[in-house]
Amino acid sequence: MPTNAPMPIAFFVLAGVTLVSAICAMSLRNLVHCGLCLALTFAGLATIYLQLGAEFVGLAQILVYVGAVAILIVFTILLTRNAEVHISPVSRSWMVGLAVAIIVCASLVLPIFQSPSLHRTPIMTPDATVRLIGEKLMTQYVIPLEAIALVLTAALLGAVVIAMRDEPEEKTKQMMEPPRRGGAKPELDPPRLSIPAVETRQ
Amino acid sequence: MTPLHHYLVFAALLFSIGLAGALTRRNAILVLIGIELMLNAANLNFIAFWRYSANANELTGIMFVIFSIGIAAAEAAVGLAIVIAIYRHYRTTQLQNVDNLKG
Amino acid sequence: MEGVDQIFVIAKHWITAWSFWPNALRPFVSILLSIVPIIGLFALAFGITTVVERKALGRVQNRYGPNRVGIPLTKIRLAGFGQFMADGIKMLIKEDIVPFSADKVVHYLAPLALAIPVWLTFAVIPFGRNMSAIDLDAGLLFFFALGAGSELAVFMAGWSSRNKYALVGAMRGIAQMISYEIPLVLSTVAVVMIVGSLSLNEIVRAQSSYSLGFIPHWHVFTPWGFAAFVFFMIAACAETNRAPFDLPEAESEIIAGYLTEYSGFKYALFFLGEYMGLFAITGFAVTLFLGGWTAPLPFLNVVPSWLWFFLKFATLIALFIWVRATVPRLRMDQLMKLAWKFLVPLTLINLLVAAVWHYSGGWAFTGALAIRWVFCGAVIGSAYVALGRGLHTKHFAPRAYRYAD
Repeated sequence: MPTNAPMPIAFFVLAGVTLVSAICAMSLRNLVHCGLCLALTFAGLATIYLQLGAEFVGLAQILVYVGAVAILIVFTILLTRNAEVHISPVSRSWMVGLAVAIIVCASLVLPIFQSPSLHRTPIMTPDATVRLIGEKLMTQYVIPLEAIALVLTAALLGAVVIAMRDEPEEKTKQMMEPPRRGGAKPELDPPRLSIPAVETRQ
Repeated sequence: MTPLHHYLVFAALLFSIGLAGALTRRNAILVLIGIELMLNAANLNFIAFWRYSANANELTGIMFVIFSIGIAAAEAAVGLAIVIAIYRHYRTTQLQNVDNLKG
Repeated sequence: MEGVDQIFVIAKHWITAWSFWPNALRPFVSILLSIVPIIGLFALAFGITTVVERKALGRVQNRYGPNRVGIPLTKIRLAGFGQFMADGIKMLIKEDIVPFSADKVVHYLAPLALAIPVWLTFAVIPFGRNMSAIDLDAGLLFFFALGAGSELAVFMAGWSSRNKYALVGAMRGIAQMISYEIPLVLSTVAVVMIVGSLSLNEIVRAQSSYSLGFIPHWHVFTPWGFAAFVFFMIAACAETNRAPFDLPEAESEIIAGYLTEYSGFKYALFFLGEYMGLFAITGFAVTLFLGGWTAPLPFLNVVPSWLWFFLKFATLIALFIWVRATVPRLRMDQLMKLAWKFLVPLTLINLLVAAVWHYSGGWAFTGALAIRWVFCGAVIGSAYVALGRGLHTKHFAPRAYRYAD
């Protein structure tokens, strides 16, 4: 099968699955189901990236989004006890939100359908090898690379600090001191077990 | 071969689904899920335009999306850490209950 | 001996060229001919590995393993090697119990979500010369992406069972898999750095030359490659939830962890997925560090390349079984400490050592090889010893005895 001609049927099937799972991710009552549908959406998007010939990006999408972000979201849902079903899942002004979303969608989709310059087919087949991506990262995009390294470090430290449980100082001090011998009740020695094998060795 | 505007319409639909979810749902985590969907829709737009462009060997779209995926992951981590911290304080993640600064 | 080496490739091309197939179906026939033998072979290997493992574990523990089962329902005796067939039949006919309050859809999909990504990883491993099913440009990234995808299945299994042991087991399992992904990826980054490509065929090709006429250029014969191989094997043990890292599914600790509420064929699928993950990771270890399908000595190239791959593969599986039989289980905090405080710094230092080795490759004076070996070995060895000594806790918390009064 030629790899640089995305088949329309494949696109419609994948896009359909992705859209349905995105709608489920936003509208299901059970939050864990929402998280899992979100993982499916990410995977569907990754297959569309692969179909478009962006191999590295598609695999990175699975590795980062499905393998890390989806799991992070699911863990947060569990840690904040949102796994049970709530009574009213939508806010009181949900119609306004939905209307805004529909207006945004219409204002994006209608111009797309009406502009003839967007109805084109691929002009060239690019050569998006990992080697080329690496060369560009190290020469043309090296400053964004260093910047994103700083951003990721800051995000890592920030997330750990924000989500860390602050223990009150006295509790930590109490835990770190050795137990007092004088004032508190003295611990009894454990009763010596008489194991004949041990005693005869001495 | 699917023409470009199919991908763009798909990305627009995905974006508006994310937007609808972020605006209508009450739970903070679902708002973050909506934001992630919007970011992904924008990434798809970049990749589609890259593939259908005249000088695709410049790899501009791919570079942008690589950095965008990295930033989105970092932002999701920090956002969810904030949600956990808020939960620890207010014992809830429903956004209408976090209203101490409401005038 | 070119014919024996390429016998499977030649057979595949010959069958695809039959005029019996309609032209539209020909690409599908070609793909099926790549996929079906891989699936069949590794399913059979799974069966035999379970029996061999049980026998080996039994012998180490001073008892026989399974030694009676032949082919079920016949009188053929196989000294225990038919055990996997009997187990398979047993699991297929067992009742499929789903807890009443379990989340039915997620409970059903979890074994599939585990088995499918794991089977997909077999597509990029080069089993012999010209014998990888797909030659992806980013094959190594494909493997790690699918490994990450199978973590979600563990969560689905644990959460949907509505069982606190299952959930705790799943959380521990995910924490372990995420923690050990980092040393796994970092130890392969050294290989990628030196070879310059993510394609597995390219990595094997970079190891296929011989220096001094008889020493192969396998990555395991360099100081950084040997260290990376050791770290990769440790992280691979942990990634596939295998002893000594099998706390998430240990029977004596947590019943069966996230597998508690699964019976019958779903349990068989989990079991299969685990072993397939083990096979895939072993295949990667062979490809990345042990030279893939290349022979250790140049005159041994008469032996077919796929046979060399499977010999090395079998050796590593035997090593895993040996480790399982010998080493006691790690506790959760010991496990996490090993990953984050020991393996991550060591793999990062290994990257530096690999860079030093690569850039000092141009030294041509006599004794250069010895100096490079000593220097690189000293750096990584001293880091290993320093971290090992530094992280060793000699003082424990004072013991508290609580009596019944």
